[in-house]
Amino acid sequence: MKCLRICPTEALRVRNGKATLLGDRCIDCGECVLQCPNDAFVPQTSSFSDFSSFKYTIALPSPTFYSQFGKGVRPSTILRALKAIGFDDSYDVACASESVSIAIQEYLDSNATPRPLISPFCPAIVRLIQIRYPNLLENLIPIESPMEIAAREAKRLKMHELGLKEHEIGAIYLTPCPAKMIALRHPPRKKHSFVDGVIPISDIYPKLVSALAHSDDSNGAAEVRGLGLGWSIVGGQVACLKAEDAIAIAGLTNVMRVFDEIENGRLKDIQYIECHSCPTACVGGSLTVENPYIARGRVLRMVEKYGSEPCQDRQKIRELYQKNFFSLIGTIAPSPVQPLDDDMSRGIQKMHKRQQIYDMLPKIDCGACGAPTCMTFAEDVVKGDAEAEECVFLTMKTFESMSTNLLEVVGKHSKRIHRGIER
Amino acid sequence: MEDRFSHSFTIRGKHFIDAGKVSTEIKRLLKELGVRADIVRRVAIATYEAEMNVVMYAKDATVTLELTPRDIRIVIDDRGPGIADIELAMQEGFSTATSEMRELGFGAGLGLPNIKKNSDDFKIGSTVGAGTKLEITVFIN
Repeated sequence: MKCLRICPTEALRVRNGKATLLGDRCIDCGECVLQCPNDAFVPQTSSFSDFSSFKYTIALPSPTFYSQFGKGVRPSTILRALKAIGFDDSYDVACASESVSIAIQEYLDSNATPRPLISPFCPAIVRLIQIRYPNLLENLIPIESPMEIAAREAKRLKMHELGLKEHEIGAIYLTPCPAKMIALRHPPRKKHSFVDGVIPISDIYPKLVSALAHSDDSNGAAEVRGLGLGWSIVGGQVACLKAEDAIAIAGLTNVMRVFDEIENGRLKDIQYIECHSCPTACVGGSLTVENPYIARGRVLRMVEKYGSEPCQDRQKIRELYQKNFFSLIGTIAPSPVQPLDDDMSRGIQKMHKRQQIYDMLPKIDCGACGAPTCMTFAEDVVKGDAEAEECVFLTMKTFESMSTNLLEVVGKHSKRIHRGIER
Repeated sequence: MEDRFSHSFTIRGKHFIDAGKVSTEIKRLLKELGVRADIVRRVAIATYEAEMNVVMYAKDATVTLELTPRDIRIVIDDRGPGIADIELAMQEGFSTATSEMRELGFGAGLGLPNIKKNSDDFKIGSTVGAGTKLEITVFIN
């Protein structure tokens, strides 16, 4: 039952002892995966063997990945260890994050409206906008994610270097959250992705820890550099921008509050909003291993150590931006929650009925009926997905009035019987 | 069954902490009915501006929402200082906001004109010393 209240979009129900998900409301944020004590929600994941058909595999570790291992383990050592556990190569996504940051800056500088612009890199946030805030689709920056840019670049380099065809190279993203995984399987727009598969950080972690134990940290490889290393924590994107009025928001409740304000016509003086569905951003994703606050500390130290020197040539990235190298392919369409009814008249009738049922309910959101709130329960009853008797309070009230009636009837009869005896 | 839904809300003056709650709630109801996004946005802006006016100037207000398949009607009836010169208050840029309100980003004198701009039908009545009543109508089709 824990999951019921945790779900930020009220998409969960517990019916006949089983948790079920209302697909049109779910935004794939992964909160239920993280919180369920019975592991009722297990995201579908890929494993190594799923990629055996590729001639060549490249691991793309999310910037979060670098924060999962002991103190002082260098990103370059981690990239090398990935090759030791079976990938043919690895490619740094943090550097792609830096290029994407430069592209965002260019976009901000060359497009005066709309404002505020919203970061499109957390797939749960994109789904939230598609489902609940279709008005804000135009505020999403139409730029591809570092994951996509990295996959495309990594493949291009290898195709060139080894003479391979694109479909012969598998680009595999090491993800901190299920949202990225689901976004790949059911993309918000029709297009071809350069990422061929996704493996949870938690699955690859044990292998990598033992590989790191045997690796030499004093390798000669060039260190991963740049502010892109900070993209896994709250404020990491904003730190890469020159815009003064850029803010970072994390946690779905906070994000929804801000989205409501934007819809009300506020916050137009804010340039850019970095949004994360997880309260501690990607280091707090449900498929990570390390405590998110420890991980955050490590990221901050990494940025301090390796961040000051950029990994990209700004001018070169600008030129690529001009050539639409970073432009989002395809458009993201709205996908609103199923309305109360397809017919407006009937919808309004149902809303009226829902209110009548709600007024009878205890309004304490106990969750015993299997719906997260009394209001969602009233809605389920109106839709025919639940019976009013499933509310223990309503049933108790019915019993109470039934027994009162019964006592009254018994009382009347017993008097009559007594009178009969007296006669 | 009659296809009409009505519901009342209360706004408390000076409660900046709750400011925006009623407009967000109304917006949520419209989205649940599948009202078109651009219409939801217009209602949200108009209601939010009206709500902020109550929070900034009035003691309290009752908001009545009335939904039919044809239109959305919102009446904001406040107990407050009232508006002496409505014609002047309807002009863009006119405001009686204090510097504190301006500090918070309000009081640009765009509130009432903005409400009117986002409504299909707009009525305003006011009695100085008693209160102001706004009637906002937005057509659904």
